[in-house]
Amino acid sequence: MCLAVPAKIVSLSGMTAEVETGGVTKKVSTDLVPEVRINDYVLVHAGFAIQVIDEQEAVETLKLFQEILEHEHEVS
Amino acid sequence: MNMKFLKDYRDGEIARGIIRKINEISRRPAKLMEVCGTHTVAIFRHGIREVLPRNISLISGPGCPVCVTPNRHIDEAVEICRRPGVILTTFGDMMKVPGSSSSLAAEKAAGADIRIVYSTMDAVDIARDNPDKETVFFGIGFETTSPTVAAAILRAEQEGIGNFSVVGAQKLIPQAIRALLQSNEIGINGFILPGHVSSLIGTKPYRFIAEEFSIPAVVIGFEPVDILQGIYMLVKQIEEGTARVEIQYNRGVPPEGNPHAMNLLFKVFEPADAIWRGVGTIPGTGLTIRPEYSRFDAVRKFGVCIQEDRDLPGCRCGEVLRGVITPLQCGHFGRTCIPENPVGPCMVSVEGTCAAYYKFGKGASGDEA
Ligand code: SF4
Repeated sequence: MCLAVPAKIVSLSGMTAEVETGGVTKKVSTDLVPEVRINDYVLVHAGFAIQVIDEQEAVETLKLFQEILEHEHEVS
Repeated sequence: MNMKFLKDYRDGEIARGIIRKINEISRRPAKLMEVCGTHTVAIFRHGIREVLPRNISLISGPGCPVCVTPNRHIDEAVEICRRPGVILTTFGDMMKVPGSSSSLAAEKAAGADIRIVYSTMDAVDIARDNPDKETVFFGIGFETTSPTVAAAILRAEQEGIGNFSVVGAQKLIPQAIRALLQSNEIGINGFILPGHVSSLIGTKPYRFIAEEFSIPAVVIGFEPVDILQGIYMLVKQIEEGTARVEIQYNRGVPPEGNPHAMNLLFKVFEPADAIWRGVGTIPGTGLTIRPEYSRFDAVRKFGVCIQEDRDLPGCRCGEVLRGVITPLQCGHFGRTCIPENPVGPCMVSVEGTCAAYYKFGKGASGDEA
C-alpha cells in the first residue's frame, strides 16, 4: 500500500506532470511536490509524486558501502 | 531512461558483500521488526530471511493499512454505498475485506455503484463528471497516502465541487510504534522503519524510539541492497550498544521529509484517536477532518452511525499485526483461510503478513522467535 516507484518527469502542466518509468508514461499530480522540474526523478505513489529523489544521495549511499567492502579486500 | 542508481541497488555482488559483513559483525540475538507491509513483501520476495544469520529474526509489524482498518470503517463504507445516488470510490485493496456483515465486493455484486480508483484525484474527476450523484472516497492509508486525500479535498474545495466527500480511516505510524513498545510483548531490538511513510514525515517523529526506549531504528528503502544495508546499520548499532535513528534510504528520505505535503495534510485533517484492528484505540494515531472542512466528511454528511461492529471469529490478525504470533500459528492459515477465500484482512491484502507467508512460503528466519 505504501509502495512508491521512481519515475522521471518528462513534462509539466499546472499541477499535473507526465512521468516515465520503465518506458511507460503516465500522468501524476504534483500537488505534493510543487517545486519539481523537468528531468527530476520523483517517487510516485497512488497517482501523486510524493518526493523528489536525490540522485547525489543515491550514489553516495552506495559508495559508502563500496568503500567498506574495498577496505575489507585491502586488509585481508 | 538511465536510472543507474536503481540497477546498483539490485546488484547481486554488492548484496553478497553486505551479507558477508552482517555475518562478520552479528553476534547478539536481534529481533528486528519491519513496520511496513511493503517491506514484508520485499523481504519475502528477495529471500532476505534465508540469507541472514540465525540469530537475526525479522518480525512483521502492523504496517498494512488494509489489515489494521477495523470493521467499523468498512461497515460505514458499506452503509454509505447502499444509499441511493451514491458512487463509492476506493483503492482496489479494500474491496474484498470483510466487515461485520458484508464487504464492498459483495455490495458491488448486489448492485452498488462502487468504482476502484488509482488516485484520489480520479475520485474528484468522477464527482465533477456526475454532478447529480454523491461521490464518496473511502480513504485508508498511512502518511504516504493521506496527503493525497487532503490534496483531493483541497482540489474539490478550490473547484467548488460540493458532491464529493471522504470516509476517512487513515492512520499515523509513529505513535503506533510507541504503543507497541509500551506493551513490549516481544522485546524488539531494532526497527526497520517504513521508507515511504518517512519520505513524508522525515525522521523527527521517530526520535523517541532511540531516546526513550534505547532501540535503534533505520529508515530503509525497498530494493534488496537497501534492505541488507539497512539491516547492517541496525546490527552495527545493536553490537555497539548504541541507539540512533538513521536513514539508509537517503535518496528518497530527506531528514525533514516533505513539509509541504504534511502542511496540506494537517490543513485538512487533525490528529485523533484511532482504532487499530487487534490493538484497540491508540491515542493520536488517527486523522479526523477539521471543522472547516466538515462538509467533506462523508460519515457526517450521510449521518452514518455504526452501533457495534463484530470481530471475525477465529481470525488472529490482531496478534499477527502485533508480531506476537506468525500466521503459521493460526488454525485457519492455509486451510480455511487462503487468498482466494480469506477469513481475515491479513490474508486479503497483498501486503498482509498472512498473504505474504502464503505466497512466498513459510520463511526460515524469525518463525521461532
Ligand atoms: S491466517 Fe487468516 S484467519 Fe488466520 S490470522 Fe491470518 S487472516 Fe486471520
